[in-house]
Amino acid sequence: MSTKLSKDFTIVVAGQAGQGIESVASVLAHILKKQGFHTYVAKDVMSRVRGGMNSIMLRVSNHRSDAYCEKIDLFVPLDPRAYEHYSKRFTKDTIYLGVDDPENGEGKKKRDVIAVNFLQIAHDVGNRIFANTIAAGAILGVLGTDQEVGTHYLRSFFQRKGEDIVEKNITAFNQGFTIGEHASFQEDIVVTLTPKNDVEDYVFLSGAEAIGFGALAGGCNFISSYPMSPATGILTFLAQNGKECGVLVEQATDEIGAINMTIGASYAGARGIVTTSGGGFDLMTEAVSLSAIIETPIVVHIAQRPGPATGLPTRTGQEDLALARHGGHGEFARAIFTPGTPDQMYELTAHALDLADKYQIPVFILTDQLMMDSLYCVPHSALSKKNVQHYVEKTDETYKRYLLTDDGISPRGIPGHGNGLVHADSDEHTEDGRITEDMEFLRKEMVEKRLFKRKEHLMSCALAPDVSGNKKGSTLIVCWGSNKGVVEEAVSLSKNPDLKVAHFTQVYPLHKSVAGMLGSAHKVIVVENNATGQFADILEVETGEVVHERLGKWNGEPFSVEELTATFKK
Amino acid sequence: MIRAAQENKNTPKQFDVPQDVDNQWCPGCGNFPILMTLKKALTDAGCTPTNTTFVSGIGQAAKTPQYMNSHFFNGLHGRALPVATGIKAANPDLNVMVASGDGDIYGEGGGHLIHTIRRNPNITVIVHDNMIYGLTKGQAAPTSRKGLITPTQPRGVYDEPINPLTLAISLDAPFVARANAGDPKQAQEIITAAINHKGFSLVDIFQACVVFNKKNTYQWFNEHSYTLGPDHDASDRNQAFARASEEDSFPLGILYQHDRRDVFEDMVGVYDDDKRPLYQRETNQDVIQALLSTRK
Repeated sequence: MSTKLSKDFTIVVAGQAGQGIESVASVLAHILKKQGFHTYVAKDVMSRVRGGMNSIMLRVSNHRSDAYCEKIDLFVPLDPRAYEHYSKRFTKDTIYLGVDDPENGEGKKKRDVIAVNFLQIAHDVGNRIFANTIAAGAILGVLGTDQEVGTHYLRSFFQRKGEDIVEKNITAFNQGFTIGEHASFQEDIVVTLTPKNDVEDYVFLSGAEAIGFGALAGGCNFISSYPMSPATGILTFLAQNGKECGVLVEQATDEIGAINMTIGASYAGARGIVTTSGGGFDLMTEAVSLSAIIETPIVVHIAQRPGPATGLPTRTGQEDLALARHGGHGEFARAIFTPGTPDQMYELTAHALDLADKYQIPVFILTDQLMMDSLYCVPHSALSKKNVQHYVEKTDETYKRYLLTDDGISPRGIPGHGNGLVHADSDEHTEDGRITEDMEFLRKEMVEKRLFKRKEHLMSCALAPDVSGNKKGSTLIVCWGSNKGVVEEAVSLSKNPDLKVAHFTQVYPLHKSVAGMLGSAHKVIVVENNATGQFADILEVETGEVVHERLGKWNGEPFSVEELTATFKK
Repeated sequence: MIRAAQENKNTPKQFDVPQDVDNQWCPGCGNFPILMTLKKALTDAGCTPTNTTFVSGIGQAAKTPQYMNSHFFNGLHGRALPVATGIKAANPDLNVMVASGDGDIYGEGGGHLIHTIRRNPNITVIVHDNMIYGLTKGQAAPTSRKGLITPTQPRGVYDEPINPLTLAISLDAPFVARANAGDPKQAQEIITAAINHKGFSLVDIFQACVVFNKKNTYQWFNEHSYTLGPDHDASDRNQAFARASEEDSFPLGILYQHDRRDVFEDMVGVYDDDKRPLYQRETNQDVIQALLSTRK
């Protein structure tokens, strides 16, 4: 057998929950980066802490390719049941490195497997925990990478755990590496993918960390949230780094408490964010409505997963757009951002915090499980310092929290800053923030400022979609959020000259160019991870234009490059 | 208006709303004496309108802040406590008061009460306890006594009423007291002590609903309560629990008081080296960039 890995290739490490496949992926990604390769890591995990069947996909290339692929070039099973679980993703060229296929028995051979019993070798080295390091070594051996770079990385990575741990890991790594190197020679596996070495200044961030860093850069100094997959990573990240960065982090005891506490802090001048998933956001919606009527900023990050109710807790979906668009009773203005890359997650989280403060409104960031749990390699230069604007004003004795102004924005005072009094009232209120039932004048004015005037502001600064593909193509492929990479790559691979792509980082309200863009296309196809076409609905309602095809996927898996390429070729 | 504010400085009048307010309480409502008592207690404790924030949920009692000259946050039903916690956390310099009803704090917000006591922010919580729902016209409250007939409990209340004091003491709340709106002098002393106590302070205050609760009247509260004597040791948790459990005649006074617990805002970390409230701070972008650099 002779196999060439000349283009970007995909490694899948599969095993039970608790076998440590995530640490294999992290070690591999870091060592490959040091050799000049880009790596994108996506997780496929079951909702359990132990057992089951999980895998990690590493896509290795010499440029950024942050999209999910189905095909597996190098399959590394730590558990024999993995073969059955992932068989539909194997190709005729797939290399198998790991425990043997249980269907390979006496007298029959289904697959040509480079059989390595990682656990047995780990046991011989001294502890089964080294199985991960051996697997990482074997993979890097197969790929013919520089062994020294690997051992050097491991030395620095395990340094704080003591010399004994360092040495044992290096022994384990070298044993794995030798096995891989030998197999590579025997099986004639050749990697001709050339590194570009532009990756040196890149940083590794999970999607959750990209949102977390964006929150920090955007001046967030308060978060209270309740753990819920896949949104918890932001709470964890800020808890780990909060003190150093001046963020007050409090794990609430439910989502209602989380958002009300954060709105309370925001009323007192903090810049707050909450992170949750669809079910948790259901509980928060009354407080979103509160934020709107008391004109107190809040940023809500919703990491989507498939519902209804508990649904598929560790899988991905884009089913909560309609909820974010409409959640909360009554009528008021809001903005919804849907970043598609880690750079955009960083940028738009900071932007959302600014916009919420500037217009004193609820602002949403929608991501999903795929993005949250992916590990990205991102240029550090794309994650720049932010100039955080402050919109709080010092009050005097004449201060009125809901003063009617021409632009609909009342100066935002906070308690304890100035001599004025700050009255926040969830009832319809006077300019001074006291209950009123003046329906002739005040009610109309307050709706005008909260809904119409604010929506105007938001529309004037709405983000235009990113356009790619053939900009003159007559078929417009629309996507939002995490489908950016996969749609753009599939359009490119399809070589269909008729396709133009529009990726939306802001799905509400829409940029003024959108109606024209839709109207001038012969055919509009909206790609999204839900069954009904929730963004297609928004597009039709907001622009009056027609969406011709709703291309949905709602089984909990992300779109793959292969399936979209096949669709776009037609 | 400004001159009037000067004259009223350091008197309870500083908390009078300077303009006319259309008060929505019924004539004779127990909320009136509580409002007056609060103004006096705040003044006694050295609080001023500009350093005091009243937080409430929804209900007739929850309108108290509307009739108070101070900062206020009149939020959602049941959610006063997390809001108050957030305000105190963002700016510990503020004196944060919660004034709301039994339905709001013990019913809709019951879960928040438990966890706010666990968290122990330095806030003062005044619960107007009239054993009935007023704003929604006379349904049972979590504190309604068994047998009370209401429009939605035509066979009489059969749920066990909550005992907020034993609940709070079981969670080791650092200040737990009960007052009676019918005895404003004692109520004022208790509330002043609650404000002065560092940590979560709960004052359950009996109050008559003259329209919807014909059973638990001013007279009924007077006849079914007694004031704790000097022999009560409020630092003794077992004694406090025993007293708080009495429900034939309810004890009035400070049942439980101690300073054995850390206060939330002292524990969160951001005030360890910097006492400034959050709004006065700038984000240090260099620290964030340095943290990013560690991800290479």
